[in-house]
Amino acid sequence: MKTLLIGEYREGKLLDTTYELLGFAQALGAEAALFLVGSSSQLPACSNKLYLADAAACGEYNPDLHRELILKVVEQENPDSIVFVHSSYGWDLAPRIAARLKAAQISEIVALKDGAYEVGCCNAKMRRTVTAKTAKSVLTIQSGAFPVLIPGGTPTVESIAAATSSNLEFKGYEPAEAKDVDLAKAEIIVTAGRGIGKKDNVPTILALAKALGGELGASRPVVDAGWVEHSHQVGTTGQTVSPKLYIACGVSGAIQHLAGMKKSDFIVAINKDKDAPIGEIADLLIVADVMQFVPAMTAKVAA
Amino acid sequence: MKILVCIKQVPDMESRFKPDNSGTWFSETDLAWRMNEYDEYAVEEAVKLREQLGDGCELTVLSIGPARVGEAIKKALATGADKAIHIQDAEVAAKDPWQIASIIAMHAAGQGYDIIFTGMQSQDRGSAQVGVLVSELLGFACATTLVGFSYADGVITAKRELEGGLKGVAALKIPAVVTCQLGLNIPRYPTLPNIMKAKKKEIAQVAVADLLKNEAFTSTASFHPPAKKGGGIVLEGDVNELVDRVIGVLKDKTAVLR
Ligand SMILES: Cc1cc2nc3c(=O)[nH]c(=O)nc-3n(C[C@H](O)[C@H](O)[C@H](O)COP(=O)(O)OP(=O)(O)OC[C@H]3O[C@@H](n4cnc5c(N)ncnc54)[C@H](O)[C@@H]3O)c2cc1C
Ligand SMILES: Nc1ncnc2c1ncn2[C@@H]1O[C@H](COP(=O)(O)O)[C@@H](O)[C@H]1O
Repeated sequence: MKTLLIGEYREGKLLDTTYELLGFAQALGAEAALFLVGSSSQLPACSNKLYLADAAACGEYNPDLHRELILKVVEQENPDSIVFVHSSYGWDLAPRIAARLKAAQISEIVALKDGAYEVGCCNAKMRRTVTAKTAKSVLTIQSGAFPVLIPGGTPTVESIAAATSSNLEFKGYEPAEAKDVDLAKAEIIVTAGRGIGKKDNVPTILALAKALGGELGASRPVVDAGWVEHSHQVGTTGQTVSPKLYIACGVSGAIQHLAGMKKSDFIVAINKDKDAPIGEIADLLIVADVMQFVPAMTAKVAA
Repeated sequence: MKILVCIKQVPDMESRFKPDNSGTWFSETDLAWRMNEYDEYAVEEAVKLREQLGDGCELTVLSIGPARVGEAIKKALATGADKAIHIQDAEVAAKDPWQIASIIAMHAAGQGYDIIFTGMQSQDRGSAQVGVLVSELLGFACATTLVGFSYADGVITAKRELEGGLKGVAALKIPAVVTCQLGLNIPRYPTLPNIMKAKKKEIAQVAVADLLKNEAFTSTASFHPPAKKGGGIVLEGDVNELVDRVIGVLKDKTAVLR
């Protein structure tokens, strides 16, 4: 079995997720070649074959051109699968390749199972086992699901280039907003999820955070709705935290949230749904109405 | 200007999911249905563009699914879409993203849409494929995961959300597909007068067989809950007793509570 791994590179740097692809290829037991739009000064530490296009010439985000480059490599290498990380780069590019190759795409793989792929569904509450019916397949893997593998060594580089017209022009990056709270330093974080119900309930969650001497965290919907500032958001598009105690109030436990807090020492979840995926990583799951439980806990802690 | 917005109806994610008889998807018994959350942002953005462009602009909403998806379609019409196309498919759950995209592209091919809005992913299947596949099938420009959208003179300025809060800005010439991320805007609630007005709007019914020409590329072997890792303590019961037990556990297991 042969696989082509699509590495990631942003703002002049090779991204570490590239090594998760190598971990996946090992789990698959496949012979792996890599493709990267990057730079010869930022080579991945492995001795695999690497098809390298120059990011300075191709652009870091130029999906039409990246698609043409990958299709060229696919023709040369003839891999059985083409593997991306399920990231803003991967989910943007993978279907473009799948459509051109008329190949199956299987998104956000979390595990391998008897020759099939296991993927999450229903907001991470359930799983599906999926197989491809086409000879080639395009795969995206969930970040964090497969071990990081840094084999070491230097890749055998083959430079590639292509040209194509595009109706999309990349204009540049916009940095993340400045943070007014550094949650990474907090020892205790109490997070408000959508389950708190409404903006008026935020002070109740904040009160518990204060009583414990901790900071307020927030899940994304709470931030998107304008209940809490973005600087408090925990997750892939917010901050990554690892406090001694993390209390998730009305948070379901979507993978993008878990990615930001699963390394916390002790995780408490308050949820009315016993099956909520947060229960999978919580050390303590309290099945209760968050707006009844939290004020009662604050009162006891403050007493 | 012709705009299309694609919406999917999905179960409420707080439901309990149980496998159906085939064992490859969930049973629909006892589920409450709503519009896919990502698509609510797509509808709002499409309606805002419709308002910006005014007369001569037409916004169509499309959904593939059984009769129940009519509810989601009505919500989009009440939010401000002009008309709708309901592609009737009782077996929609068995279609893979390639087939869903093929159906949408087959419909769109003859319609001359300038901009197609989709959600970045569906909450139940979550493949994040359909929008991009549609763009490839139609030869449209495409940008995914939008947290910012503006349009002027045939060019879309798209702000894409990348990891860690970084954003990437791209300019796309129309025709184009954009896929919408959570937080792109603040979706409005349909007002009562608009709900009434929506009742008069046209919902064209099309049989899926008329548009589907492609076989599925993937097949699902099973639908099941994740293997329980266990280990964690689960507490239930009276709130005041719970608090005492929780504080006890925290004193025992963490160094932060004295
Ligand atoms: C590319 C991408 C990036 C993302 N980045 C992030 C990120 O950085 N951070 C993030 O958080 N999300 C992120 N998300 C969104 C993520 O997928 C989820 O949608 C989000 O985390 C859900 O937030 P939630 O758990 O607060 O809300 P929901 O999923 O709606 O969960 C609410 C929970 O509250 C419970 N509940 C309801 N009422 C009560 C009550 N009265 N008492 C107790 N419990 C109750 C429910 O049972 C449910 O489990 C991202 C998504 C994408 C696609
Ligand atoms: N049955 C459907 N009918 C209409 N649009 C759909 C359907 N399924 C998916 N879509 C659109 O495609 C997007 C991405 O879905 P998916 O690729 O399944 O994650 C959704 O947010 C919708 O905009």
